[in-house]
Amino acid sequence: MSEQLFKVTIDNITVEVPAGTTILNAARQIGGEVAPPAMCYYSKLEGSGGKCRTCLVEVSKGSEKDPRPMPKLVASCRTTVMDGMEVKNITSPKVLDARAGVVEFLLINHPLDCPVCDQAGECHLQDLSYEHGKEETRYEFQRRTFPKVDLGDKIQLHMTRCIMCFRCVFTADQLTEKREHGILDRGDHAQIATFIQKNLHNEFIGNVIDVCPVGALTDKTFRFKNRVWFTKPVDAHRDCENCCGEAQLWMRGDEVFRVTARKDEWGEVKEASNGKTGWICNSCRFDKKEAKDWVIDGPSKINRHSVISQGHYVGLQKPTETLPNVLHGRQPKLLMDIHSVSEVNKQNIELSALDRPAHSTDFK
Amino acid sequence: MGRKLLLEKAHVENIRLYDVYRREGGYRSVEKALKTMAPDAVTEEVKKSGLRGRGGAGFPAGMKWSFLAKPEGVPRYLVVNADESEPGTFKDRYLMEFLPHLLIEGMIVSSYALGSNNSYIYIRGEYAWIVDILEQAITEAKQNGWLGKNILGSGFDCDIHVQRGAGAYICGEETALIESLEGKRGNPRIKPPFPAVKGVWGCPTVVNNVETIAAVVPIINEGGDEYAKIGVGKSTGTKLISACGNINKPGVYEIDMTISVEDFIYSDEWCGGIANGKKLKACIPGGSSVPILPANLLLKTAKGETRYMNYESLSDGGFASGSMMGSGGFIVLDEDQCIVRNTYSLARFYRHESCGQCSPCREGTGWMEKILWRLENGEGKMSDIDLLWDIQRKIEGNTICPLGDAAAWPVAAAIRHFRDEFEWHVSHAQEAQIRNFGLGHYADEIHVPVSA
Repeated sequence: MSEQLFKVTIDNITVEVPAGTTILNAARQIGGEVAPPAMCYYSKLEGSGGKCRTCLVEVSKGSEKDPRPMPKLVASCRTTVMDGMEVKNITSPKVLDARAGVVEFLLINHPLDCPVCDQAGECHLQDLSYEHGKEETRYEFQRRTFPKVDLGDKIQLHMTRCIMCFRCVFTADQLTEKREHGILDRGDHAQIATFIQKNLHNEFIGNVIDVCPVGALTDKTFRFKNRVWFTKPVDAHRDCENCCGEAQLWMRGDEVFRVTARKDEWGEVKEASNGKTGWICNSCRFDKKEAKDWVIDGPSKINRHSVISQGHYVGLQKPTETLPNVLHGRQPKLLMDIHSVSEVNKQNIELSALDRPAHSTDFK
Repeated sequence: MGRKLLLEKAHVENIRLYDVYRREGGYRSVEKALKTMAPDAVTEEVKKSGLRGRGGAGFPAGMKWSFLAKPEGVPRYLVVNADESEPGTFKDRYLMEFLPHLLIEGMIVSSYALGSNNSYIYIRGEYAWIVDILEQAITEAKQNGWLGKNILGSGFDCDIHVQRGAGAYICGEETALIESLEGKRGNPRIKPPFPAVKGVWGCPTVVNNVETIAAVVPIINEGGDEYAKIGVGKSTGTKLISACGNINKPGVYEIDMTISVEDFIYSDEWCGGIANGKKLKACIPGGSSVPILPANLLLKTAKGETRYMNYESLSDGGFASGSMMGSGGFIVLDEDQCIVRNTYSLARFYRHESCGQCSPCREGTGWMEKILWRLENGEGKMSDIDLLWDIQRKIEGNTICPLGDAAAWPVAAAIRHFRDEFEWHVSHAQEAQIRNFGLGHYADEIHVPVSA
């Protein structure tokens, strides 16, 4: 069965994929804009997908045998391709309209607190809204809020930001042997919960932070420490008896601010080089926060459109000093040191300790 | 007076008990099916009868049965959907309360046809006392050899289990029902795979409504062809209608789908007219999720023809000017009812019952409820009406299960047919707090252009 190849045309581009491939994965082989966005589907988690509805596509021709189009838009992450299938993603106005609707629905109860959210800069919902959202909201009511909950001493759950993708539930279910993590209530008051605020003790539970597409699950050892785009991601490894030991360090200078699993271009945890799964254990994630714990492999590849790459210049040319050039090789001379006539900028005066604006008399 | 096939014996005293039911001719169909027919022949009879699913969608039952995958060595299951939670629908409750053995009898025959050795009744949690009735009926049937091992010496084994739900409307959706039956959270599954291939515990499963399974009994007793003669066109047999609202005689009626809507509402045989001498304003003919119709479109189609109580006629004109048979929850509204308030209370229901799995339904239902609350309480804006329309349009068809559609349709239909009343709620916000819009022109005759 795996030998059989199906021809599928997505946005007028034809690819051949093995039978049983989903439309989304076929589109990801083409890549670029043709790949529908996915907020809940996660290829490494069995049973995920189908819920967020951002990956809806139009099937304009069912298959070679049965060319009837599908009556409704389908979730591309959970619909498998048929031979001769024709799919419209960004070429279908219906799809774009529905997707804009889904983005609006996802945002009406989202707090939009990006300026104080640790996920900002690597948030899938942020990317999705920039691509498919509108500048204004039509929602004029109070947004849904939940109190923050600590899941153990390392993970914080902030349900207010959650978009109910269920990825963390699948992660807790599939990576850890004892499930304490699920959903309470239903509808727009449904919430991710650990019945009731029970701590999660498992070596792999930290991975729920990596799968969360928004800032609902954050690493308490990193919260408010730094913005992700100020840190530099590097690939590193160490010998770990629990997990693959391959991780990404988010560094500033020699300081390791955060450790995460390595992600691929779709934001999913990558397979390790030895073929093992890429999930990392809690001790690698939370406890190994020093550069000497790790062997650094080199800088991580970051998509150049990502804000994280903003401080990471490639082929950088440092400008040369111009003064020695125009002064025929002479170095500029320091004429006067301001500190010799003023106390301003002296380190021993604590400006923030003043209860009024600083004045020249303060430096006398 | 039409023929009654299901409720004919409902008023016989103690028909709930096995001895009386058997004396009145019960369990004949089991004898006939198990002794003289092959399982496929039973399915063939149901196909011939043209019986359509009575749960709401109206999908031909025989066709559904023939789609059931039959891999070797894998058990198959029949699940009866008794999670009757649609506002306005209470026909299954009546049937199970008064004629529990009719359902058990239908289940034995259907299980035989489908090859299900363990069949389930999934009943809504609020019907707690009916569980006792059903379990008593199952015990009686077992004691008399209709259930258990080797029934009537045919070599067919069958057991029936009753499972109570925990109070969720969504568990009436067949895949959510299966999840709940398996002991999980009642979230609808993503289809495909359909239950006919992967249902309960990953095995092929048929989920049918209580009334559908009960209707198998007269089909086997009289033959599919005879059953198909009752009714009209593709609406064969009889249908239970639970009528409620502003009528003189609310209740469960068995009709043979040849009567007109007007007869059904005004004839003394059925609803007996609008209560307190009021006028008919609107009606939701098939349970809360089908589109509401104003009086003029309810009694006559857009083409000016009489509308009948059957699947085709009620949906004549599509959603633009028609509605649906649905599950048969016939809700009548008189001139004193406020459509905005009615739509708000339905939106509130769907918001409360949304499972929260997929985004359009989870977020959209709550948003619609809030806007409708604002309109109803005199704080609405004209732009809210268009906004509502846009929200429902983006929910409909984009969700995992039909609950999204069910939440969107009532709002869409209310705006489509009663836009005047919505606008009046905005333009006369103060007045709308103290009096109702009234009948308006909703009962006026529609001018039908004469076509050449």
